[in-house]
Amino acid sequence: MATAAAQFENIDTIPLDEINVANPYLFQNDTVGEYFARLRREDPVHFCRESRFGPYWSVTKFNDIIAVDTNHKVFSSEAKLGGIAVQDMHGVEGALELEMFIAMDQPKHDQQRKAVSPVVAPSNLLLLEPIIRERAGAILDELPVGEEIDWVKLVSVELTTMTLATIFDFPWEERAKLTRWSDVTTASPETGIVESFEQRREELIQCAMYFKGLWDQRVNNPGGNDLISMMAHSPATRDMPFLEFLGNLLLLIVGGNDTTRNSISGGVMALNQNPEEYRKLRENPALVSSMIPEIIRWQTPLTHMRRTALEDAIIGGKQILKGDKVVMWYLSGNRDDTVIDRADEFIIDRENPRHHLSFGFGIHRCMGNRLAELQLRIVWEEILKRFSFVEMVGEPERLLSNLVRGITRLPVKLHAH
Amino acid sequence: MIKVTFVSADGVRRTVEADEGLSAREAALFNSVPGIDGDCGGVCACATCHVHVDDAWIERVGLPEEGSMESDLIQFAEGTTATSRLACQIPMATELDGLILHLPELQH
Repeated sequence: MATAAAQFENIDTIPLDEINVANPYLFQNDTVGEYFARLRREDPVHFCRESRFGPYWSVTKFNDIIAVDTNHKVFSSEAKLGGIAVQDMHGVEGALELEMFIAMDQPKHDQQRKAVSPVVAPSNLLLLEPIIRERAGAILDELPVGEEIDWVKLVSVELTTMTLATIFDFPWEERAKLTRWSDVTTASPETGIVESFEQRREELIQCAMYFKGLWDQRVNNPGGNDLISMMAHSPATRDMPFLEFLGNLLLLIVGGNDTTRNSISGGVMALNQNPEEYRKLRENPALVSSMIPEIIRWQTPLTHMRRTALEDAIIGGKQILKGDKVVMWYLSGNRDDTVIDRADEFIIDRENPRHHLSFGFGIHRCMGNRLAELQLRIVWEEILKRFSFVEMVGEPERLLSNLVRGITRLPVKLHAH
Repeated sequence: MIKVTFVSADGVRRTVEADEGLSAREAALFNSVPGIDGDCGGVCACATCHVHVDDAWIERVGLPEEGSMESDLIQFAEGTTATSRLACQIPMATELDGLILHLPELQH
């Protein structure tokens, strides 16, 4: 923290080449936005020569990010080249080397994505909606009114875990396991979630064994529309090697868990910090539909995706060399006021709210985006029915991570109508 | 002005007019045709403007090139057919006056 705080004091004078926006402490103390603002102004495609993640480029402007994201033939997601985060996926001693389609290139990426995407297709979501709504309502009905509670623990985590359990048709009483595995997948020892990479490995192997058990039950029962049945029966996934099976499951768990969890918390924070917007919402609950994409832009639950250049390329006038690590900072692009009007403001009825980077663009664009939007819409519709005000009554705490923009604690008090 | 008709999955027809050179996506958005979100801003990056070109028009409109960004994206879209295109990649031109595009089911 000391380092981050010291840097923050010099934010406008620190030499550009000493800026390292991947420092996870800048996300935990929520100062990274100031650095991004400076990079967008002074050096929008910025090279950090030295960091614990090695040298890397930061792409900070909206259109430059789209240029990288849509050029998958030059900018690779391949795990063996380092994968999709500024922290390389492979090569950490003791870590489990997972294989997931988000970190693959064509053609394998395409086959595997197509195999699992039907579970989040609009037609399947129609079937899920009433179940999610009923379960969400039950969670909200249990909450005590008028006393301080942790919104993250009692609502955001519960709701997303419940949705995930629904998609996997996971044994209901054991659904807390899903939350744990999601946290462990993105954890490194410094987060405190696991003590070592070996512990992470052990827990993920337990996760794999558990899912293997579910798989074995379902592989002989065709026709299930849960995710495990789909994977067990699709020709593209049914003979998957073990680490790929585990990797893709964890991808869907993390993809469907951490991200939406933090958008649920982030929405409460944003409305409390912008009381005028909360008032507009109360007076016109139909604004939920434009508020949801705005919350997702505002929160940007995944701060970045990383690529590796397969050949030399020019982005924003800078010469990228073959082999370079290129980080697309969605969190920064989502504050780029040359593309998004009043990008630093949270506006629930803004024009064109869907024009944001949080889901990425191109062939790796978020597969579960409709499910995320559906969950957020249901949650807010059900909140507005029950509570006049979800009041933030203390300082939120943030996750130590440069990838997941997480809120770990959010004290609130509920007010009934 | 070029006329283009969007037909929703439940058969509702909306005919709009657009200037030559605009895309079919813009023709839909500027006239608030439901079913076309166009999240990426029209740069062939998201497939939220997926349409099925009417059989009578597919020869004039053409299919996306194999291996192009457009065909890469279409493969992940919901409810694709042999005439699937992204509306942002169909420029309005005089030879397309009267074009008919069908909207996939459940595309917002």
